Amino acid sequence: MANAKSTAKTAVSGIFEYAPAPESRSVVDLKASYGLFIGGEFVEGSGGAFKSVNPATEEVLAEVAMADKSDVDRAVAAARKAYDEVWSKMPGAERAKYIFRIARIIQERARELAVLESLDNGKPIRESRDVDVPLAAAHFFYYAGWADKLGYANLGPDPRPLGVAGQVIPWNFPLLMLAWKVAPALACGNTVVLKPAETTPLTALLFAEICQQADLPPGVVNILTGAGATGAAVVAHAGVDKVAFTGSTEVGRMIAKQVAGTSKKVTLELGGKAANLVFEDAPLEQAVEGIVDGIFFNQGHVCCAGSRLLVQESVAEEVVDRLRERMKTLRVGDPLDKNTDIGAINSAEQLARIQTLTEAGEAEGATRWSAPCELPERGFFFAPTIFTGVSQAHRIAREEIFGPVLSVLTFRTPAEAVEKANNTAYGLSAGVWTDKGSRILWMAQRMRAGVVWANTFNRFDPTSPFGGYKESGYGREGGRHGLEAYLDV
Amino acid sequence: MSETKKKAEKAAKPAKAAKDAAAPAEQTAPEAVATQEAAVQEAATQEAAVQEAAVQEAVAEPAAPAAARSSVRKTYKLYIGGAFPRSESGRSYAVAASTGEFIANAAQASRKDARDAVRAARSAQSGWAKATAYNRGQILYRIAEMLEERRDQFARQIADVEGIELGAAYAQVDAAVDRWVWYAGWSDKLAQVLGAANPVAGPYWNISSPEPTGVVALLAPAAPTLLGLTSVIAPAIVGGNAVVAVAPGAAAVPAVTLGEVMATSDLPGGVVNILTGDTAELAPWLASHLDVNALDLAGVPTGTPLARDLEIAAAENLKRVVRPAAGYDWSADPGLSRIKPFLETKTVWHPIGI
Repeated sequence: MANAKSTAKTAVSGIFEYAPAPESRSVVDLKASYGLFIGGEFVEGSGGAFKSVNPATEEVLAEVAMADKSDVDRAVAAARKAYDEVWSKMPGAERAKYIFRIARIIQERARELAVLESLDNGKPIRESRDVDVPLAAAHFFYYAGWADKLGYANLGPDPRPLGVAGQVIPWNFPLLMLAWKVAPALACGNTVVLKPAETTPLTALLFAEICQQADLPPGVVNILTGAGATGAAVVAHAGVDKVAFTGSTEVGRMIAKQVAGTSKKVTLELGGKAANLVFEDAPLEQAVEGIVDGIFFNQGHVCCAGSRLLVQESVAEEVVDRLRERMKTLRVGDPLDKNTDIGAINSAEQLARIQTLTEAGEAEGATRWSAPCELPERGFFFAPTIFTGVSQAHRIAREEIFGPVLSVLTFRTPAEAVEKANNTAYGLSAGVWTDKGSRILWMAQRMRAGVVWANTFNRFDPTSPFGGYKESGYGREGGRHGLEAYLDV
Repeated sequence: MSETKKKAEKAAKPAKAAKDAAAPAEQTAPEAVATQEAAVQEAATQEAAVQEAAVQEAVAEPAAPAAARSSVRKTYKLYIGGAFPRSESGRSYAVAASTGEFIANAAQASRKDARDAVRAARSAQSGWAKATAYNRGQILYRIAEMLEERRDQFARQIADVEGIELGAAYAQVDAAVDRWVWYAGWSDKLAQVLGAANPVAGPYWNISSPEPTGVVALLAPAAPTLLGLTSVIAPAIVGGNAVVAVAPGAAAVPAVTLGEVMATSDLPGGVVNILTGDTAELAPWLASHLDVNALDLAGVPTGTPLARDLEIAAAENLKRVVRPAAGYDWSADPGLSRIKPFLETKTVWHPIGI
């Protein structure tokens, strides 16, 4: 390992020297403790409290209220009241203005949100600043414009809201997933009870402040921090008309079972094990960038990550060599450093899962190679890693690792590529790299995935529907399609 | 119901007893002619239907053979992979008309039949999805043509098994034919109506289009038999899915006949598979089958433990589930309500550059 480290230093120092470029924390004003956001106010919770930790340093950032069933009752009642008395009656054009306001305030407080997101989640500031927060604002801006145009959405002449939406979101894109859920719900005239992830509650609580600044009517958005039990109580609550969940397939399955026999409308955005296919005629330099972006973006904590690299046999060696060289230049470390490419793994629990699966990869006979980088002594970090010699039966080729770990497989013919790409229970995304236009479209048609990135990867936009096939869930978020999840049509 | 109307119905029905040589054919024909007049007075709207049926009945019966002739009955079997097998279980059940009269022994499908049907559907699905939308539309339209031609046969079967008036049975057949035509026209419009060109904030071409979800299990309602089965099958297959439909109880009779229509409509074998028997027995196997992608609970009453259990079983591989609406009116305009749940949206990105 010591050898590997010195090699890496030589490799990197031969190209660039970086001085630390830390983003200032001073823009964030963290309170020692936070309550729940119910009926437009911060109130005390009834289920005790838990701590949110900075995964890069393991320091406690704040204490946050744990919502219990009685808190869920209160929040749903507040949401129902706001729905009945205010929000469902308000003309779309007026709803729109509140949502536009929220979009603007997110833009105004973008730096603060970005720093807080990186602190709480561990993702590099470059990413929270350039991807998460701008996209969150864009989502509100996009859906605000729909609020008074729902009759033109091709969903019938008079689409009606569903009522109270219970929304449970994950820790990998805390603010962005909030935006994906809250923006269309509000635009369609629903009110919201949102449960952020246990390890990343802080930007949602800052969002509550933004709702206050926007003078959003009390109860239209309610935010309940807590753990799995809180989320389950939101999903199960009889007063919730619509359930929206983003997270693991395992939990999605539980939710689908829980709402069985009810009239609740459900959308689930679940796990993935995306294939990223590289043909021999692909522009390899770009493809390598796309592979890196596909699996190491956000520490690989991405449901649509390109975690299975399928390379045409004739260029496999070259692609893997180039990939290793590129991985040596990735900078792992302080999320607040503007030069950091890969930040902290979100939690000790997730780090343990990544370790378990990579150990299984080695035990099952695949060959592991990790970028020789120095990892910080404190915090949860994992070096970017690839496995070669992976077979389709290996756990690392089948299970979602949700970390910076890439499994490399090969194919010979396009038909074999399709077969292998689709050989998974998931179907969220896929990538294809080739210079041949007709082949791109041929492949895109055959891959059973909700999003296909051709000669690019991990692109997101509020106008672009996102969501899975098969066990990656159902329903779409984003675009005109995303409205349907929140309307009675 | 008036006495004359009952007679009209009786006359227009296959009149199994008569066919089975218990009564000579001549006895039927004059009665049909007589009641034809009554029908004109009583129900103007049913006139054409009854008249046509009665005339055909009169024509169809042989001109008084000296010796009575026994009819050749049809064996009602399953429709799987384009063929008509018996249930592998060897089981059958008697289907009786609403009057109690024996009609046929229908095949009582088993778990194994359900699995065979899923396999047939899976093997047919990708080919069906790859067919052009134009081609799929023409095949659905062809089904309408074949169905129209067998209008009298279906009307009689429906009247028999549902115990409704012949006029109402004809109305159901007509509605079913029209529904096939309606869905046929959707095949090459879905991508335009449900797709989108998305104006993303960047130099990317971005298009969303609908694709079939795969294999869909359909639990058809007990009634209306033909219209109900049509209304669950047509929207599922028009977008490129393959289906396994369960027609419960007496619905087997028009269901298997619909299978015959499909078998002669250029519909590739396996795109539609029809199982007859007991929904409560078959549905759990289909709901829990991991190679089934979606489930239409049309024939399972809302709020029943069965509906809930099936939904729980379906959650195992996250099937798309359509819950039945209480008091659903099968004759009402279905809109896209049964098309959309069985379509996925695929979004493709590509950079724009030189």
